[in-house]
Amino acid sequence: MPPAGPRSGDAIFASVERVNAELFTLTYGATVRQLLTDLEEVEEVNKQLDQMGYNIGIRLIDEFLAKSNISRCVDFKETADVIAKVGLKMFLGVNATVTNWDAEGTCCSIVLEDNPLVDFVELPDTCQGLHYCNILSGVIRGALEMVSMKTEVTWLRDMLRGDDSFELQVKLLKQVPEEYPYKDDE
Amino acid sequence: MFGLLFSLKSFTAKMDPTSADKGNLGVPQLPGQGCSFHSFRTNTYKLSFTETPSGIKIILVTHPRTGDLRDSLKYIYNLYVEYVVKNPLYSPGTPIRCELFNTSLDQYVRSIL
Repeated sequence: MPPAGPRSGDAIFASVERVNAELFTLTYGATVRQLLTDLEEVEEVNKQLDQMGYNIGIRLIDEFLAKSNISRCVDFKETADVIAKVGLKMFLGVNATVTNWDAEGTCCSIVLEDNPLVDFVELPDTCQGLHYCNILSGVIRGALEMVSMKTEVTWLRDMLRGDDSFELQVKLLKQVPEEYPYKDDE
Repeated sequence: MFGLLFSLKSFTAKMDPTSADKGNLGVPQLPGQGCSFHSFRTNTYKLSFTETPSGIKIILVTHPRTGDLRDSLKYIYNLYVEYVVKNPLYSPGTPIRCELFNTSLDQYVRSIL
């Protein structure tokens, strides 16, 4: 048996290098603001944030694996748990819980009570369609894709729209095995 | 080289007496799924191997009498994260051409032998 990875990200969070939370929040805010100016359409900004998150996620996964010492999860349930308990804690310093499993165990919700990205943020009337934290869903999608899970991540609840917490729905579409990339006659 | 590791891995998983689900030989596996070998030895060299769940494979070919290198492979993975993954000029999936990674890897490998 490989040694089990940590079940909480607290220890890793304490040991990694961190930046000032306000600097982080303001930098992210400035990025979103600039995207709104450049792209004009709120829908386009959502898409762009998701793409940026995806690009972060496909790199972040290696840092996550290297620092957390986690080996392969046995099923999607464990994966979701690890994202909530270890991943989000390690990189964002927040606590999250996993709820609302469907019967097949392929779809669940990750609920964030706290989110450092949205400090100081109020959505103006013109931006009601904006998923301000769309970068997070992109990160999760990108990271899971690198460990051979195709997923769909959507926001169900958003504090900026008056809900009492943030809820992300993660849906497993399919698992892609490693293929032998060469043909026999090559 | 890839074919050797790929086949050997699927072979070792197939041989595993503790696994209930045997599957068929040659059926593609998820990276990190099932059991995997970590080294093999011939009369002239030893090959140590590790694969991360994200599919990164790290291989060291050394003198046949070197000991367990799993911790070293893990350390190299950390070097890879620091100098390759975090390098914004590197695009994932392309050959690694990072001077810093090469020098630190070189330094590290010299230090363990």
